[in-house]
Amino acid sequence: MSNGKDRKIKVIVAKPGLDGHDRGAKLLARVFAEAGMEVIYTGLRQTPEMIVQTAIQEDADVVGISSLSGVHNYFFPKVVQLLRENGLADVLVVGGGIIPAEDIPKLKEAGVAEIFGPGTPTQKIVDFIKQNVRKK
Amino acid sequence: MFDKKKLNDIKQKKEQWEGGTLKKVLDRFPERKEKFTTISGIEVDRLYSPLNIEDFDYNEKLGFPGQYPFTRGVQPTMYRGRLWTMRQYAGFGTAEETNKRFKYLLEQGQTGLSVAFHLPTQAGYDSDHPLSMGEVGKVGVAVDSIEDMKVLFDGIPLDKVTTSMTINAPATVLLAMYLAIAEEQGVPFDKVGGTVQNDVLKEIICRGQYIFPPQPTMRLTVDLIEYCYEHVPRWNTISISGYHIREAGATAAQEMAFTIADGIAYVQACIDRGLAVDSFAPRLSFFFNAFTNVLEEVAKFRAGRRYWARVMKERFGAKNPKSMMMRYHVQTGGVTLTAQQPLNNIVRVALQAYATALGGAQSLHTNSYDEALCLPTEQAVTVALRTQQIVAEESGATETIDPLAGSFYVEALTDKIEAQIDEYIKKIDELGGTLKAIELGYIQKEIQESAYRFQKEIESGERIYVGINKYVMEEPPLTNILKVDPKIGEMQVERLKKLRAERDQKKWKEALEKLREVSKSDENVMPAVIEAVKARATVGEICDVWRDVYGEYRPKEFV
Repeated sequence: MSNGKDRKIKVIVAKPGLDGHDRGAKLLARVFAEAGMEVIYTGLRQTPEMIVQTAIQEDADVVGISSLSGVHNYFFPKVVQLLRENGLADVLVVGGGIIPAEDIPKLKEAGVAEIFGPGTPTQKIVDFIKQNVRKK
Repeated sequence: MFDKKKLNDIKQKKEQWEGGTLKKVLDRFPERKEKFTTISGIEVDRLYSPLNIEDFDYNEKLGFPGQYPFTRGVQPTMYRGRLWTMRQYAGFGTAEETNKRFKYLLEQGQTGLSVAFHLPTQAGYDSDHPLSMGEVGKVGVAVDSIEDMKVLFDGIPLDKVTTSMTINAPATVLLAMYLAIAEEQGVPFDKVGGTVQNDVLKEIICRGQYIFPPQPTMRLTVDLIEYCYEHVPRWNTISISGYHIREAGATAAQEMAFTIADGIAYVQACIDRGLAVDSFAPRLSFFFNAFTNVLEEVAKFRAGRRYWARVMKERFGAKNPKSMMMRYHVQTGGVTLTAQQPLNNIVRVALQAYATALGGAQSLHTNSYDEALCLPTEQAVTVALRTQQIVAEESGATETIDPLAGSFYVEALTDKIEAQIDEYIKKIDELGGTLKAIELGYIQKEIQESAYRFQKEIESGERIYVGINKYVMEEPPLTNILKVDPKIGEMQVERLKKLRAERDQKKWKEALEKLREVSKSDENVMPAVIEAVKARATVGEICDVWRDVYGEYRPKEFV
């Protein structure tokens, strides 16, 4: 990647599908910005293709997906797969929302770096991103 | 209520207490915190006394139940006459599965139905639309056409139960299906009772299930209200919802204020249509949240009832007392549930249900303890229903009306919340009304600001949340969770294929053409929608006509 050395970490915060629960996504968008990251919030009703398109256009380092409607098993792996197909395998994908514990191993196997459930301190998410984002 | 001499006496005694008994203790044992606040951030005094409500005028502020300003309740006997309707929001998978859950809940003593539709239905898409991928049957039942709706209510007599449907932008379509089924069961429209949410403004503010731009979507809302006034007199034509506003982060006062602001916009829209206020207003209903801070919730409900009654009487000139009554459903706070130590949620829900009973609601949904993890299992739903049955039958909250009235604290808090509501309504009026305030992002930003403040309080430890920032423990994950069959997406797509192949093509086409024509005119759309659903037009097809005629809403994001 040809990013400048001091470039901020760039995060896409995405809401997949028809889910309207965006309290967490909007809150995290603000927390990430306050932690010095550059944040693009996609708004609602995103398909995996739209999310990946935004990641490509914005040259994002991180894609964070928030789902509370039970579409995670379909959506999260699909986003990872499309990123890989577009040569963006090094983009960090993290997820959160209402996600049963038993679904997490499969999501990680599919390439989602981490899942953050309800009640996670936001600092933990910020720290995880800073530690695991691709090195420039 | 208190005479001057007595008040002076109390004031003196209080000062003596503060300088003596209290001071001695405070010098040795300072209080736990500098400042105490409700969960909404309202500062709470150490002690309330008549001094906090010096000018309290009983008749003006409270009056009597069933009478203006309805602070004490909307019915003269409240729960001594009839308990609230126990109405658990339910829906998942196919119509068959949800029909089974409905029958189970009715057998367990539930007294009304409440349908959760899956998101594609709520957003006006069929199950085979690309945006429906992964969503079919997930957070509600998949209903694409009247055929699904028939299965959903199979064996349930529509003149015996009332049904609430959480449906907004496409509310006319789902109501049309419900009415068509009632007709098939031989139930006349004037015997059909229930509620559609039909509150499109809060979808734009915070819930996200919008379809059309504000003006045309409001037109459909008013069409439904007008049609029911004429043909379905027992139907609650709208459920003006603060629930989701609170879930999105609002304080108690903001929840009530922004809901009332939406209510004002709907009443104005109906009046602009030419409807007399006392014709439609008695069928308006509301929907609120209940958090765990019992006394703040009770004050919120009482303040809301009083404020709404004044709005209807003074602002809109209503004459019929029924037009001034804030009748409402409550759901306990989804966002208050924790994924950590989920059984603790049963206790939260019990307190929230207790607050609801003390606050005087007309119906209640109690959340299940597992809902921060998944859709509720049958076991969890049963506990939730039993929780409200225990509150109703054992707690004593239902034996007298508005039992907390006269508490110095509750009355002071009721006044405080009412004053905050009034400030917001004035501010929104100054901005040019509710639609303008939404367009400017004012309401959205106020809610987000509160959500952010709350999160910071949790993370700094300033506000305690059991299992989140105190009393934390390691625990195995909950294993008994409800899973929706992943094949349901394919099943629903197959059903649609069959429907589209087998329906009377000519009738279907004509019905949609008629709908298009009516939608462009000033004529009420309801009759044409009823004809369209009977001709087997799907939710997606009907909404596509309107997308074409009215366009689609594209939100601005205010992050």
